[in-house]
Amino acid sequence: MRHIISLLMENEAGALSRVAGLFSARGYNIESLTVAPTNDATLSRMTIVTRGDEQIIEQIIKQLNKLIDVVQVQDIQDAPHIERELLLIKLQATGEQRDEVFRLAEIFRGQILDVTDASYVVQITGPGARLDAFIEAVGNIPVIEMARTGALGLSRGSCGMSI
Amino acid sequence: MEFLSGGEIFVRCLQEEGVDIVFGYPGGAVLHIYDALFQQEQVKHILVRHEQGATHMADGYARATGKVGVVLVTSGPGATNAVTGIATANMDSIPMVVFTGQVPTHMIGNDAFQEVDNVGITRPCVKHNFLIKDVRDIAATIKKAFYIASTGRPGPVLVDIPKDITDPKIKIPFEYPKDVVLRSYNPVLKGDDGQIKKAVDLILSAKRPMLYTGGGVVLGGASEQLTRFTRMLNYPITNTLMGLGGFPASDRQFVGMLGMHGTYEANMGMHHCDVLIAIGSRFDDRVTGNLAKFCPTAKIVHVDIDPASISKNVKVDVPIVGQVGDVLNSMMQIMEHEGRKPDAAAIDAWWSQIEEWRGLECMKYGWSDETIKPQYVVQKLWEVTGGDAYITTDVGQHQMWAAQYYPFDKPNRWINSGGLGTMGFGLPAALGVKAAFPDAEVACVTGDGSIQMNIQELSTALQYHLPVKVISLNNRYLGMVRQWQEFFYAGRYAMSYMEALPDFVKLAEAYGHVGMLIDKPADVEGALREAFKLKDRLVFMDFRTEPTENVYPMVPAGAGLNEMILV
Ligand SMILES: Cc1cc2nc3c(=O)[nH]c(=O)nc-3n(C[C@H](O)[C@H](O)[C@H](O)COP(=O)(O)OP(=O)(O)OC[C@H]3O[C@@H](n4cnc5c(N)ncnc54)[C@H](O)[C@@H]3O)c2cc1C
Ligand SMILES: Cc1ncc(C[n+]2csc(CCOP(=O)(O)OP(=O)(O)O)c2C)c(N)n1
Ligand SMILES: [Mg+2]
Repeated sequence: MRHIISLLMENEAGALSRVAGLFSARGYNIESLTVAPTNDATLSRMTIVTRGDEQIIEQIIKQLNKLIDVVQVQDIQDAPHIERELLLIKLQATGEQRDEVFRLAEIFRGQILDVTDASYVVQITGPGARLDAFIEAVGNIPVIEMARTGALGLSRGSCGMSI
Repeated sequence: MEFLSGGEIFVRCLQEEGVDIVFGYPGGAVLHIYDALFQQEQVKHILVRHEQGATHMADGYARATGKVGVVLVTSGPGATNAVTGIATANMDSIPMVVFTGQVPTHMIGNDAFQEVDNVGITRPCVKHNFLIKDVRDIAATIKKAFYIASTGRPGPVLVDIPKDITDPKIKIPFEYPKDVVLRSYNPVLKGDDGQIKKAVDLILSAKRPMLYTGGGVVLGGASEQLTRFTRMLNYPITNTLMGLGGFPASDRQFVGMLGMHGTYEANMGMHHCDVLIAIGSRFDDRVTGNLAKFCPTAKIVHVDIDPASISKNVKVDVPIVGQVGDVLNSMMQIMEHEGRKPDAAAIDAWWSQIEEWRGLECMKYGWSDETIKPQYVVQKLWEVTGGDAYITTDVGQHQMWAAQYYPFDKPNRWINSGGLGTMGFGLPAALGVKAAFPDAEVACVTGDGSIQMNIQELSTALQYHLPVKVISLNNRYLGMVRQWQEFFYAGRYAMSYMEALPDFVKLAEAYGHVGMLIDKPADVEGALREAFKLKDRLVFMDFRTEPTENVYPMVPAGAGLNEMILV
């Protein structure tokens, strides 16, 4: 089962490698991992998308909590939550493809960020599945390159992770 | 306010922490620190012969005293040589602080001379580590390091110190922090009351209970509580390899060690119990055997200070996160206050079953007038030392025989590498114990393979006058490997025979010690008595033992605990 785990950790050199190292050393799966500072400059927030059965997810959370630099861990899958990811995709677009890309971007409520006579850069945001759907829809149009941020997540409602 | 250099601050911090001995080895990156150490008397330094030796000495010191062991080594090869000892301490949750030198801050990352990313290399085998980048952070970081190493589930902490921040020319005001604030680290101490009540209910409902206790009891200094608790219940108790001494082995309720080389009665008790009470033990694979066959009929209570130890390998029914001693106290209080007692009739019946298993005498071994049985040496060692010595071991068959035939009545006396199984641990660990307790009897039970992994520390023993006794069960084999090859590889003894062994007697003498060769069963006891009379000499006892003796019982890999190979 797919889980989105959020954690607050000390914004210190090496903290990221402790988390990444934990996942590789213990053989846990990482689908994506994002990290950036928060409104509190001493804290970073990390979002990890992983997969595993209940027992593995429980171990992952315990092992993350055990890291000295980790302040708080939450499996946001447990409660109502919002998930967002951003995709930047550069598509080859000449001739008829130009309209097709334009139309698809519109359907997915994306934005076109860069245009040349042979390409478009499109930005799509949404849950990961929506980004997947866009990539699927693009079909035969050649992808020159693409980058995804990995998922971010927050719980719904007025409570949240803070210290 | 005083003004001190980084090197001086380092030394003052150790003094403030009450450190009496540092085990180490100098080099370029730590010269400022050594210069500061040299100019004071309070913190003594033991110069080892290899940095791995320093880590095992500090580890032995920590296991025997319960205090934090301290190591100081230089950058690059000094630090990498220490890694095995750090990993050894980490696997067995031993409190240790290891200081490594590092190249000057402005050179970090440039492949400078003797540069290695110490924090990176050790990250997976420490409880935590730090790289200090500013002289003003030294004191606070050292304070944190000792705090983290010694609280919660203990473990090694590494502190990497670049050379420039210990520069004697740069002096800053010094004040040692009084306490530590770490918002991200709050080890749980008290167990949850509701869970404790549930556990008591389950424990008292048992008809066929087993207490399975481990290193956490020793680490948590809770053997007194465990002993009272166990006697109050009159339940059978087994210890893991790491838990030996946590409950007096001479007590009738003790059924011996469990697991791969555990007793028949302990393993059968585990297999057939209806309530398993795990205390400070972590369901290691050498204990559980095949997980699918583990304790098939048991409800399980598990007390551990580390939530990650709970339900990691085996799903438990009543988890309690907390300090062993506190949790046991709470449980005993409930039982006393509410006047609740176990089911005496059921427990009596259970004991008759256990006694029947015990009657098999699984630990009996053959006798020979010609060749020395290794088990016999250990039994005589127990007799000659009144069962009260500190025993360290290396890794292999001799380690198992020491565990099986030297019953411990007190904690902290049994010192061996269980989790990592590090050959080369025994001798330096013994020296660390002797450094802590100069008047105690300390013996290292070792093998012909293992002893050669850190034999150079015989020289350290001479320099610092650490007269331990080395009990070498010399079978001319990497015996544990040979045993597996006999059982599981049709006797193809690939590289397990030790050819060209040195003359250990001469070797001991060359290092300035006493060597003894013992090859007749009739001489074993006399030789031991003679050696232990030489109070102020290190005696290396080379016992030529039965080469092909095996360790029994044995639960083969993949089997359940009830599927032991008996003699
Ligand atoms: C050749 C060889 C053969 C071996 N054969 C066996 C064998 O037959 N049987 C056997 O038992 N082992 C055997 N071992 C050892 C085995 O590998 C493990 O090291 C050992 O079983 C672990 O012991 P433990 O469960 O007591 O855990 P430890 O490693 O001692 O861990 C202690 C546990 O207690 C917890 N803890 C620590 N402090 C506290 C506290 N204050 N309060 C509460 N909890 C605390 C920790 O979180 C941890 O979970 C063998 C090793 C070797 C090298
Ligand atoms: C550093 C290290 N290398 C390899 C091993 C694997 N190993 C485990 S026991 C053993 C044999 C030990 O031989 P010896 O010290 O003679 O003890 P014996 O089993 O003969 O009593 C070996 C090689 C280990 N545990 N540690
Ligand atoms: Mg041997």
